[in-house]
Amino acid sequence: MLEVRNLTKRFGGLLALSDASLDVPEGAIVGLLGPNGAGKTTCFTIIAGFTRADSGSVRLDGQDITGLPPHRICGLGMVRTFQIVQPFAGLTVQENIAVGAYLRHESRREALAEARRIGQRLGMGALLDRPAASLTIAGRKRLEIARALATGARLLLLDEVMAGLIPTEVTEIVGIIRQIRDEGHTFLMIEHVMQAVMSLAETAYVLNYGKMIAQGTPQQLVRDPAVVEAYLGHGAAARLQEAAHA
Amino acid sequence: MMRFASLGQAALVALVVVYLLAVYLLPSQVWMGFTINALAMSIVALSWNITGGFGGMASFGHAAMYGTGAYASAVLQVQFGVNAWVAFAAGIAAGALMGAFIGALAFRYGVKGSYFALVTLAFAEVLRICASAFEITGAGRGLQLTLQPGVATLQFNNDRVLTYTLLLGIVALVMALTAWLKYSRFGAYLVAVRENEDAARALGIDTYRVKVTAMAISGAFGGLAGAVYLQLWLFIDSSVVYGVSISVTALIGPIIGGAGTVWGPLVGTLGLHLLGEGAKTALHGAPGLNFVLYALVLIAALRFLPQGLMGLAARIGVLGRKGGDDA
Ligand SMILES: Nc1ncnc2c1ncn2[C@@H]1O[C@H](COP(=O)(O)OP(=O)(O)O)[C@@H](O)[C@H]1O
Ligand SMILES: [Mg+2]
Repeated sequence: MLEVRNLTKRFGGLLALSDASLDVPEGAIVGLLGPNGAGKTTCFTIIAGFTRADSGSVRLDGQDITGLPPHRICGLGMVRTFQIVQPFAGLTVQENIAVGAYLRHESRREALAEARRIGQRLGMGALLDRPAASLTIAGRKRLEIARALATGARLLLLDEVMAGLIPTEVTEIVGIIRQIRDEGHTFLMIEHVMQAVMSLAETAYVLNYGKMIAQGTPQQLVRDPAVVEAYLGHGAAARLQEAAHA
Repeated sequence: MMRFASLGQAALVALVVVYLLAVYLLPSQVWMGFTINALAMSIVALSWNITGGFGGMASFGHAAMYGTGAYASAVLQVQFGVNAWVAFAAGIAAGALMGAFIGALAFRYGVKGSYFALVTLAFAEVLRICASAFEITGAGRGLQLTLQPGVATLQFNNDRVLTYTLLLGIVALVMALTAWLKYSRFGAYLVAVRENEDAARALGIDTYRVKVTAMAISGAFGGLAGAVYLQLWLFIDSSVVYGVSISVTALIGPIIGGAGTVWGPLVGTLGLHLLGEGAKTALHGAPGLNFVLYALVLIAALRFLPQGLMGLAARIGVLGRKGGDDA
């Protein structure tokens, strides 16, 4: 469904992405992992059309979408959420979701009805008339997903929707994402926290200093020395091995 | 059917409506003349409200659209002998084009916030200088319509009650269009752009197009206000219709009354005019005093009434109902 090929992006002297490629098959939940500053969010901003890559290409359903503006990409069925949540603070939760729903529903009545339906599905039924600014962090993360879903997109790029949540909230979101996937959606999700992805993703990629250093099932990845080193520092894999054998 | 967030808002709106109707009954013609001026200015306030209120793009140069509407209509009538109705419509169109042009240029280069305010101010000033330089716009002398009262010439100056009624109709129409916009997809998109442009783009909104369209609509209202001014006074000159005082009046009414609401611009403009007039009478008409007063009121409003009078009224007697309001 999504094919990302050889993305490279420099910010001044900093190589934020270097020749990064990844694939997301239809109906999958794919993880994108890596330590802070690895280039994960940069990868999303390029895929979703917010920034141009210096080189590389992005294809969605076989169509080249490299360099298209975000609203066109959203119209084609791929939508991103933000790591730093971006609610429309002055609007209610329902109105926030409706902004997404307007993409496929021109009438206000239909957009609001769709927003209500999606809000309820994400367990926000009781919060619909609250101002978005009054939501807790967990609520805001859910709102990000609800709005994205309301656009009718089939592929959702979630940027650290679990970060900052307590374990019970993580469990709830995991359940919701799995349920949405079973209804026919596809996910590419950035997670800094490995454990969150372990229970959801079939495959995951690991970025480190802008390079894809590994790909595999989460179970394979946690045993991959290169991944362990990326997370725990140089020599960590060897030390762990020694510790395991000792 | 109107719905209000609170009894306070309903009362404030009722007060305005009662006042506007009472003007018909007041014995002194002075009230009607005064209210005609306030209504005429509230059109440009409603114009500013589209971009500045709903869209969060605060302009400091709405005179650019106002003056363009007035000049387009005047040039067509005076220099080309075009029918007043056609010229009036052309004034509206010219305002819309000017708005779209300024918007297209400014937003193309990502101009935002106070820079946008400065760009619009610059446009208004350049246009003012141009209008005072070229012969076709009457240069330094301005343009004067031939006095010829009648329906064909759109001149009703000899009938104050009719003028007042027509203005009420125009203001009601612009407010109805504003309310319609507010509840359309476009209105939701405009507010989304104001609240968070990146989130709006991610959700499939072509924010550039939304902003330019908003400027065109605002420009149409602004051009209408200018064309109305011309038909009221039959004379324009660049320092008036492209003047900073138009731009100030355009933004101060909505900010005092409640930006991004349907009634706010009218409430604020009427309130300010009443206040200015009261002070003038009390202090025996010191010139320019009303602007000093406006400045003080504006500072007070920005400090104490972030959502204007409509916002204040909304907090009084809140009705136990969920969802938005129609005001
Ligand atoms: N707009 C930008 N300008 C300059 N540097 C940036 C910009 N965006 C990200 N970076 C840098 O690029 C690197 C990757 O950032 P990011 O993609 O946010 O990492 P991650 O999401 O994996 O934590 C970081 O070093 C960050 O400081
Ligand atoms: Mg990030």
